[in-house]
Amino acid sequence: MFRVRNILLSALCAVVLTAASASAATEIICSSTTSTENAGLFAYILPMFEKNTGIKVKVVARGTGAAIEMGKRGDADVAFVHAKEQELKAVEEGFFVNRHDVMYNDFVIIGPPDDPARIKGMKSAADAFKKISASAPFVSRGDNSGTNTKELSLWKKVGIEPKGQKWYLEVGQGMEKTQRIASEKRAYTLTDRGTWLATKDKDRLDMVVVLEGDPVLFNQYGIMAVNPEKHKHVKYKEAMEFVNWLISKEGQQAIASFKDKNGNALFIPNAK
Amino acid sequence: MSSIVEGFGRAFSLILHLDAELLGIILLSLKVSGTALIVATLIGLPLGAFLGFRTLPLKGFIISLLNTFMGLPPVVVGLFIYLLLSRSGPFGFMALLYTPAAMIIAQTILAFPIVSSLSHSAIVAVDPIIKQASMTLGATPFQVSLTIIREARYGIMAGIIAAFGRVMAEVGAILIVGGNIAGFTRVMTTTIALETDKGNFELALALGIILLAISLAINSALHLIQKKGSAGIKR
Repeated sequence: MFRVRNILLSALCAVVLTAASASAATEIICSSTTSTENAGLFAYILPMFEKNTGIKVKVVARGTGAAIEMGKRGDADVAFVHAKEQELKAVEEGFFVNRHDVMYNDFVIIGPPDDPARIKGMKSAADAFKKISASAPFVSRGDNSGTNTKELSLWKKVGIEPKGQKWYLEVGQGMEKTQRIASEKRAYTLTDRGTWLATKDKDRLDMVVVLEGDPVLFNQYGIMAVNPEKHKHVKYKEAMEFVNWLISKEGQQAIASFKDKNGNALFIPNAK
Repeated sequence: MSSIVEGFGRAFSLILHLDAELLGIILLSLKVSGTALIVATLIGLPLGAFLGFRTLPLKGFIISLLNTFMGLPPVVVGLFIYLLLSRSGPFGFMALLYTPAAMIIAQTILAFPIVSSLSHSAIVAVDPIIKQASMTLGATPFQVSLTIIREARYGIMAGIIAAFGRVMAEVGAILIVGGNIAGFTRVMTTTIALETDKGNFELALALGIILLAISLAINSALHLIQKKGSAGIKR
């Protein structure tokens, strides 16, 4: 009986201790997107930041929509996402402060190598979308992510309501899974170049880039701190140290030096 | 098919060169699910026993409720706990979100209906003669209860094993409340989900094989205890 009691006591202690250890002052929670996490950016730059400042950044990767929501609820100290309009709106509503551009990559449209909708050679992403809608399946993230937001804005631009159409597949998953589904279904999809370059060989995707370079496909990443006036408990000072480091010369160089296995730069720093 | 073969090969090499990161992930999995199981047993077994011994109003309804909760979708539990523990939720001041403690709470909720409901079934299945006999021999009601629980231990153990399987395999709830933070709340199942997301199928499969091997070892140990229990019952 005593042994049982000991086990129970130590179990309770474990719960209490793990709960207590959570509130160390030098840890911040950064809500971010699956695209940055899956590309491996954080694993590369965070050790540099941690070494400099002693602040540990804990990354929770979600879609951009969920990542912003986490900050709004006060469940993160800083948000590092890519949906500029949504970000600016959240700043305007008072949930975040000190938003800065950090870096960008761009979106590309990928599709089957034989290009059944004949997109190759087109210049405008919106026109390409219009053409795909009439002739081939399209896989959508359907998860309110930055990529999904961009995609929906393109459909809106050409006046097509894709939801519920037979050729439109909303999968509700991360970028990499979405690409794989598109590859399996011989469909088109919109992806960010970072994820595409990092995963196309590894995932043995039977797809090619069919359209790139349209300025509308620009994918800006921004960072912003959760407003300490909305949530008193947030570690604003440490969060701002992270923000300031990312937009500093050193942080920007760290981002520029992050390359994939084949030596492609995945993100281009552009903080002002 | 080659991916599957490669997955098995990778699993063996991972076990052979067990690195600190993987070991940390495995230990955290065991700590979270193990603690949740202990807490769930502490709540579930007395509740199951209570329902088995007493006649209560609404007893049938409570049992149906427990049986329904055995099928709780982990994502729903995760979302519910998230909203409770969120800084904007009622228990936000405790700062528990994205900690192992939050994961333990979520898994306890998933495990306790199984322990409770299966304990109850095992206890009501005990031959009433045992109760009468021990009462005739002058046992107090508490001693009678203990005797019946001892008789039912085979079934109770089965409930605990089933609950253990559920929490070790679960990913939906701990992903939401733990956040899958590297080195802090990343466990076996969330790592498998992440590596699958990243397209590292072989690594994900290898981790899955390790997870199954650990579960097999623990279940074998529990089975031994269970066998001891059944050997003691002679009718």
